[in-house]
Parts: sequence; C-alpha cells; structure tokens
Amino acid sequence: MSEPGAAEGRDIARRAVSMALDAGATQAEAVVLESSSALTRFANNELHQNVAQTDTAVSLRFVAGQRIGVASANRHDDASLRRLARSAADIARLQPEQDWFRSLPGPTEVTPVEGAWASTTATADPGRRADAAAAVIAGAEGVGAQAFGLVETESETVSVVNSLGIDVSEARSRAHVLTVMMGPGGGSGYAEEVAVDIERLDPPAIGHEAAARTAAMADAIELPAGDYPVVLDSYAVMDLAMWLGVLGFNAQAVQEEQSFYAPGKIVASPLVSLSDDGGDPQGTPASFDYEGVAKRRVSLLEAGACAEVVHDSKTADRAGVGSTGHALPAPNPWGPFPLNLSMAAGETPRDELIGGLERGLLVTRFHYTNVVQPKSVVVTGMTKDGLFLVEHGRVTAPVRNLRFTQDYLAALAAVDGVSRERRAVDGDGYLGTIVVPALRVGSFSFTGTTEH
Amino acid sequence: MSDLARRALDTATQLGASYADARIVRRQERRADVKTGRVEGVHLGETEGFGVRVLVDGAWGFASSGRMSGPEADRVAERAVRIARASARHRRRPVQLSERPRASGRYETPVEEDPFTVPIDHTIDRLLGAERAMAAVDGVTTASAGYHAFREEKEFHASDGSHTEQVITHVGAGLEVNAAGTDDVQRRSYPESGGYRAAGYEHIRSLDLVGRAPTLAEEAVALLAAPALPPGRRTLVLHPSQLYLQIHESCGHPTELDRVFGTEAAYAGTSFLTTDKLEAGFAYGSELVNLTADAGTPGGLGTFGWDDEGVAAQRVPLVSEGRLTGYLSSRETAPRIGRSSGGAMRADGWNRLPLIRMTNINLEPRKGMSLDDIIADTEDGLFLVSNRSWSIDDRRLNFQFGVELAREIKGGRLGQLYRNATYTGITPEFWGSCDAVADARSWQLVGVTNCGKGQPGQGMHVGHGSSGARFRDVEVGVGNR
Repeated sequence: MSEPGAAEGRDIARRAVSMALDAGATQAEAVVLESSSALTRFANNELHQNVAQTDTAVSLRFVAGQRIGVASANRHDDASLRRLARSAADIARLQPEQDWFRSLPGPTEVTPVEGAWASTTATADPGRRADAAAAVIAGAEGVGAQAFGLVETESETVSVVNSLGIDVSEARSRAHVLTVMMGPGGGSGYAEEVAVDIERLDPPAIGHEAAARTAAMADAIELPAGDYPVVLDSYAVMDLAMWLGVLGFNAQAVQEEQSFYAPGKIVASPLVSLSDDGGDPQGTPASFDYEGVAKRRVSLLEAGACAEVVHDSKTADRAGVGSTGHALPAPNPWGPFPLNLSMAAGETPRDELIGGLERGLLVTRFHYTNVVQPKSVVVTGMTKDGLFLVEHGRVTAPVRNLRFTQDYLAALAAVDGVSRERRAVDGDGYLGTIVVPALRVGSFSFTGTTEH
Repeated sequence: MSDLARRALDTATQLGASYADARIVRRQERRADVKTGRVEGVHLGETEGFGVRVLVDGAWGFASSGRMSGPEADRVAERAVRIARASARHRRRPVQLSERPRASGRYETPVEEDPFTVPIDHTIDRLLGAERAMAAVDGVTTASAGYHAFREEKEFHASDGSHTEQVITHVGAGLEVNAAGTDDVQRRSYPESGGYRAAGYEHIRSLDLVGRAPTLAEEAVALLAAPALPPGRRTLVLHPSQLYLQIHESCGHPTELDRVFGTEAAYAGTSFLTTDKLEAGFAYGSELVNLTADAGTPGGLGTFGWDDEGVAAQRVPLVSEGRLTGYLSSRETAPRIGRSSGGAMRADGWNRLPLIRMTNINLEPRKGMSLDDIIADTEDGLFLVSNRSWSIDDRRLNFQFGVELAREIKGGRLGQLYRNATYTGITPEFWGSCDAVADARSWQLVGVTNCGKGQPGQGMHVGHGSSGARFRDVEVGVGNR
C-alpha cells in the first residue's frame, strides 16, 4: 500500500486557504488530519471491545490584520470549506486587535524523516490485532493470570498549508500493545511497546514480560512509607520525562513564570540528558509541527543543566527567536509541547543498576500521577504492576503498592545510574511517544500505603 | 439522517448481527480564551459522524465514520460486523443484554438563551473585563478567563425499533489567576472546574465573573506569602468546590460496574467495591452518607433523556445511610448482578463506543446544619476550598488531593491561611469519618468536562452536587516538611 491521503489532504488544505483569502483574510492556515485507527481491547483473557474509525478533520486559522479566528469541521466539500472560511472570518472580525500577533510562520526547510509510516500498520486488519492480543493472553495463561490490555493501530496524514508558502504533508503511523495482568496471590504486572511498524512489535514477548512480573508479585509484603533508594524502570521514567516536558521545557510556562527553567541552571545529575527529537527512529518520528514548521532537535537538559525550551511561533515571537517546530493545533492555550521526548541512554546494563542497590525498591511504573506544586515539579501518584524490594543487589520480595509525593527535579538530581537500554513508551495518551532508559535514584519519597 | 442509520442497521442485520444500534452525532462548540489582556484564541468547531455497534456471535463490533453517505453506512456496518466476528474468536462468554422497553421520544436541555446565537464579541468583552480586574491586583503574574459552549445533537436508532433524538447544551465560563514566586506558584479559580451547567447563555450572565475577580486575585497573592500547611492529622470541612471531586474519584469511579468486572483494568483500573460487597451491604461510609446517581438533576452535565443504549434516565441510589446499595451499570453488566441497566452508557461523540459513565453523582444534603453551622461547630480544623490536584490508586482506595486554599478553623471561626494544602486517606475510612453533612442551603452543582476513561480515550461531561461535609482525623500536609 502506498502512503495514504497526502495528495487529498494537501488539496483540501490548499482549497481552504484559498477560500479564506477569498473571504478577505490577510493570512490563512489550514491543517488537515486524515486518520484511520482501530483498537482491540481485551480483559479477563478475552476480547471485549473492538473499534475502528475513519475521519478527515480540517482546521482553518483566519487572520484579518491582527485579528484571528479558528474554525474546524470534519466536512471538506467546497460548500463546507466555504462555510468554514465564513465562520472563521466572522469570529476573527468580532475580536479586538491583538498587538502580540506578528505573522503566521513562513516556510522552513522540512527534511522528511525516515520511517514515520508503515503500510503494515495502516493495513492491519481486526484478525491481526486479535492474533496479537491472543499472543499476549497466552503469556498470562502460562502463569494462571488474567490479561487486560490493547492492541492499537493508527495511520494519519497531516497536511499543513498557509498563505505564506508553507505546504507540507506527511503520513505517520503508530502501533501499540500494552497489557496489565493480574494473577493468583494478588500479583499484577505490566508491559508495553510502541513502534511505527506493527511488524516491530513482539506481542508474545510483551505477554511473557508482564506474566513474569505478575508471577513475581504474588503475595506481596507491606513496607512502611518512607524514603528509599530506587531503580525506576523505563515505564516509570516516562512519567518524569512527561511532567518535565509539560511543566518545565514549554516556552509558554517559562514566559508565564510557571517553570523552574533558567538557561544553564543545574536541576539534575550530570548523568541525565533530555531532548526532543522528531527524528529519533526509536520513537514515532515527525518532521514538522501543526504550523508546518520543521521540527528541530531541541536539547532540553544537557548533562543535568537546563539548555533550551521548545517553541511555537507565538512563544518564539515573544522571545525574539525562531520556532523550534513544536506547535499544537490552533487555538492552543497550553503552549508548545515536546511530543518526541528522548532521554539519553547511559552505559550501565539495567540489571547492574539493580545490582548496585544495597537496599531499595525496583519500581515498574507509576499510576494516576498529578502535580502538587508545578514550579518545583512536585508530583504525587501510586506505584503499580510491579514493586520489588531489592537487598544486596538482588530482588528479594514483591511489595504492596505505595503512594509517593516527590519533587521530580530532586529525584533527577539524585540519579546515580542510567541504563544502557531504552524503551519507546506511550506518553500517557497525550505526549506522543517517549524514549527513556531506566534510572537509579539515591532517594525517593513514598508517603502512603494501600491494601494491594 | 434517519435513512443513513436505518441503512446501517439493515446492512448489519443482513450480515448476521443479532442486535445493532447506530448513533448519528453532530457537535458544535464555541471557545474563547483571554489571558493577560490578550485574546489567546477563539474557536468554532463542528463535527458530524455516525457510529454503528453490532452484536455478532455473542461479541461486540464497532465502527464509525465522518463521511455521511449511504455507501459509507454499508461500509461501516460491514466493518463493524467483521470486527465483531474477529472478537468472537476470542470471546468465552457471549454478551447477554438486559431487557429494556423500546425507546422513543425527544429530549432537549432547557435553554432560555441560545449560546450559539450570542455574538462572540459580547463574551470576549465579558472575559476581558474580568481578566483586567484580576490583573490590576499587585502581585498577579498571569490572569486568564475562558468560555465554552457545547451542543450535541444525537439520534439513536436500534434494531429493536428504538429511535430517540436528543439535544444536549452545556455552557461554562471561568477565571484563573496565578501569583508566582521563585519556587512556587499559587492559583485561584472561579467557579469550580470551568463553571459549567447544562443550560443556555443565561447561566453565563448569572456568573458574577467581574465581581469575583479582585478577591480571587488578592487570595492568590496572599497565598504566595502564606505558610505551607504543616503535616498532621486534622478535622476537615470540605467546601463543595473540593467535595465534588472527592465524590467523583472515590464514589463515582469505583461504582462503575465495568470497572468492577475488570474491563477497564488496563487503563482506568478496577474497583474495591466488588459485587460481594453489594450483597453484604458494605459499610462505605458513616450513616450520614447518601450518594445518588441522578441523570435527571436539573442543570447537571450528566443529565439526559436516554443513555447511548436507549435506556431512560434514572435515579440510582449508590450508597444509602452509609451502605453500598447500587452501581452505575449498562445492559451488559447489570444482568450479572441480577438487575436491569441503570442507564449509564454514554459515548464521547460519534467515533467512540459507549462506556459506563457517571451521570450526576450527588451527596444528598441533610437537614440540620448549614455549612456555616458546621464551621461554627468545629473547635479545631481546616476549611478546604477549590480543588487543585488529585490522584487515586487503581482500585480507588488510596487518594490524595490538593486544594487551592485552606483556612484554619479555631473555636468555630476561620483564621490562618495556608498554601499547598493536601490531604490523603483510604476511601471507606475517610467516608466513615464523616460526622456532618450540610443542608441544602449550600448545595452546589459542579460540572466536570474532563472525566477520562476508555481506550481510545474518551472525555465525558458529568455532574456532582454537594453541600459540604466534615471529616475527622485526616492526614494533611503530605510532603510539606
């Protein structure tokens, strides 16, 4: 199958921009998302939900001098696009002039990234997803556990056209398998994998990984809340990277004085480097953002020191710099987001991180985390699906889940080991795909217990 | 539109579906956001599409499309059937649906002034006025105001001949103000959670945004200079602006019967309220605690005529005098506890499968003391206002909440202001410690528009009514050393 939709999406975007200019826009931008996705869910070792959708969404940003209106719809015949242009024009003209607005972005050199889309993912049928789910379930059955989870395939073409000459289109795909397992003795386990190409997913391996954790978590002991050294597996490290990306390295948060960020400020161990890299082949690559601006690799944390932040055209104008290509679809009250976070690998095998713990905890993942204090990135949440006591470098017992309330910057400052291995994991449903290693942290604050 | 739905249902049944339903959904939205003297964004949105759900060989299939045509109806119905057959290969227990009467009729949210006909510049002026009033207070870093109008027109058709039409309208407007220091940011907001109501623009006119703005800003600035709440165990009086989310997280979610049966375990989690606890009359809270799922609460975001399975809106007691008495349920889950559906299945738009969702989960007021009386009756405690953060474990037992504002209660009077106030507990212990529920005088309805559940993710509009309540011996100040 050839890459879908690019010509059609770009044509829709061009027509929408043309109609906006006909309606009196001084500048205009259209973003067209043509998507086809399907998701198979399983629970209690059987499939229970199986869904698919197809859609084409058009968003039109209409600029009249320094007035801006955005209208969106999922109809794209000429009459609908004309109506969209009229709606966007009407709301733009009713606004006061916005002196902050300079211009929509002009064209940048967009170099297509390799491997953003795979036909195998785009054409995966319900049988393929059901077979993948069955392979995961087989892992659970091998240890007498119940499997819960999903197999998801998405194919999307993003087209952005504006009246200043931006005219780009790219097909992207994503395949995702994850499972939570629950076994006899109250144990639970987790495993997850994300890739552009469904062929790169290994559902039996995901099933076995989660099953092994589930079996090992049976008959967990209770430990008191308190400060413990920890090894955070990649699934847990994802949460640290995500909150830092949203709260810290977003230029809007910095401009509104809500971020810890300051150029050169040391906030983490020298072992920690974090970037946003739309070209990282281990993640889900993208070459431009929702304004059609080329994504630049942005170094966020360089050996523990704050380096740069991500920008869209609005924050870039305020700062007097160029956009880094991290805009979300307009209108966007949240500012630019790093959607391709990548934490640098270390040199230590993950098992040796555990081997270096005298007494501490191995944490598989966090659940339902939320920010308590945004500027210092104090976050609370629960451990889930794999918490183990480590003594003298060996896992000695499964542990009941604990609540933590932790300053994430302090945790990163206390990192004394970074794994050689990295994983691509889902950014909690809204921050793209995040590629992260495991980390060993000198002290992590657990503040409560629960019954399981 | 009905022709398209009928065609999809005919195709599905011809291909072997034993049951099928089709929803045609058209959504309109208007948003406006202002911040620091600027119009940050104004957006008009419209989507339209249809979803077809089929039952084939005892398994579900669902497909949807935004292309509204007869051939597309055939293609989507055929795809749903193909998906259901793939599911049936790995289904051990065939789906059984509880009976319901054939659904028929029309429901519309009562609206006095259509929000989609009010010129957007009127709203922008209103927001900018409130924003300016906040920004004028010394010490304010950012001030913002937002407006959102939402309308969903929905047709439901099912292969049993059911046909309903609904027009749901929700509007909201709210303020947020921040004061930032070197290492801390303090926030105040009004009304709670974006100020939503199932109503027309008359609700926006009733909100005194400009009048509330200066006080709100002064509170944010004062909080930045206030001490952090010290750790300890305290008596708490929760204002409805915090209590609503306590109800949402620790009662609403754990009473969702799909969670109880494990079908949300991979994302949202499960529930400690297992069905054996229903039979045993589990002590969820003190005898003052009465929690009800009411899909008919006037103004509630969980108010409708029929759910997305064609089950009529109902009032379902969840906790009565402290004992577990019911669940939020669907046609598939209710028979497993020997009941009929409680009518809680809703989908986030045309391209999503209906799931069990909260309606309006309300803590019923109790005659006796007003919220002011409860504060006056408290010798030593804390009065907590406006949710700021939330987290709860996957079975909905261990929770931790943060609030925007805390005031100490000494001898029945409000005193010292505290910042960064948090409290934590275990759900049945916490509700068991409830020794006062305020009467209807302080009853408030809060709308929530970001209730997340399901894979792919669905956000749902739900409601929570409460009047405030007191809880004894609760751990506070977590992480404030």
